[in-house]
Amino acid sequence: MAAHIEPVTGRYMHLEIEGRPHRVYFEEAGEGIPLLCLHTAGADGRQYRAILNDPEITRHFRVIAYDMPWHGKSSPPAGWQDEDYALTSRAYVNQVLAVCDALDLDRPVVMGCSIGGRIVLHLAEEHADRFRALIGLQSSAHVDPYYDLDWLHRPDVHGEVCAAVVSGLVAPASPEADRWETLWHYCQGGPGIFKGDLHFYKIDGDIRDRLHRIDPARCPIHLLTGEYDYSCAPEDTAEVARGIGGGVKPVIMKDMGHFPMSENPEGFRTYLLPVLDAIRARG
Amino acid sequence: MFERLQDRVNADARLVRRGRLVDAVVLIGASEERFRLTFRAGRIEAVEKGPFVMPGCTFALHAEAEDWDRFAEARPAPGYHDLFALLKRRKLRIEGNLHPFMANLFYFKAVFAALRPEGA
Repeated sequence: MAAHIEPVTGRYMHLEIEGRPHRVYFEEAGEGIPLLCLHTAGADGRQYRAILNDPEITRHFRVIAYDMPWHGKSSPPAGWQDEDYALTSRAYVNQVLAVCDALDLDRPVVMGCSIGGRIVLHLAEEHADRFRALIGLQSSAHVDPYYDLDWLHRPDVHGEVCAAVVSGLVAPASPEADRWETLWHYCQGGPGIFKGDLHFYKIDGDIRDRLHRIDPARCPIHLLTGEYDYSCAPEDTAEVARGIGGGVKPVIMKDMGHFPMSENPEGFRTYLLPVLDAIRARG
Repeated sequence: MFERLQDRVNADARLVRRGRLVDAVVLIGASEERFRLTFRAGRIEAVEKGPFVMPGCTFALHAEAEDWDRFAEARPAPGYHDLFALLKRRKLRIEGNLHPFMANLFYFKAVFAALRPEGA
């Protein structure tokens, strides 16, 4: 029997991010409105494989998911061995803009989860006119530390601790295969990379005092959060919506955790499709 | 309720294998009650119920009894479904030498998940 080949292509782009050459891996499928997908801390673009394979979405959207530098199949920059990776708001914003420019995306929709759900808030504040719409999954304005991040990167603890830490962020009812595939991505993260991403999530990326500068009339913003997420809990997304104002209403996804697109793709699409329909209807 | 962990864990060969490097004495506080679990090579060798006088331990987990009860439900509510969910809500305190706990975090999460009814 012939193998089923997915309609997803993976390629590498060479681009400069903040003046530094990078080789970045990205996957894409579909045609139409560009939909750029941002993965969670310590994972990679494989989290979006169900969306890349969803004909109802790829019929109208060019879905693109890239692995952030240091993640997945994207290389760390030359010289990585002599530095500690720590993501900042500035570097993350510049990275997303550089990818949009490199792929020549015309007013894309950006959908990000967790750290990606945070950076879309920064994009909304600073670069609203560049985007058709923004979708924040598990968006919070800040997260108080609740465990010691140093455990995530030390030679006497295996890196699978990253997967074990986030394992409870998957909702109890999510399908087993999808749960463990999501955690596998965390098992595969490079040393110190999840911790370096959390520098943005827990320290540098706090946007509480700037939420009021986001204008959803300039760029519509959609917020979707899983009810079982305790890293970005529903009340954290409610705080974001209140801070933005302008009628932004978060949708709380039942029986969903921190990784909706990968931990329960079937459940997630029932929440995502109406959002994508609304974006298309606005043109 | 912590007594039931001994049979549940020791009967789970995959879990015991996952914890094969675990040697630790874990003190559990459930409100005023105390339990002490002795782990050897991934098996639970002993579960003692307090009160204790000066109980030694590798590390300790303290929560209110009612929070442990909610954690142990077959289908726990959001915020009660994982040890780190309890930590985030400041309903669980973990103290002591955390290296064995963090180095074997998948194992210990599975051990405590065994408080839930079988098949949950």
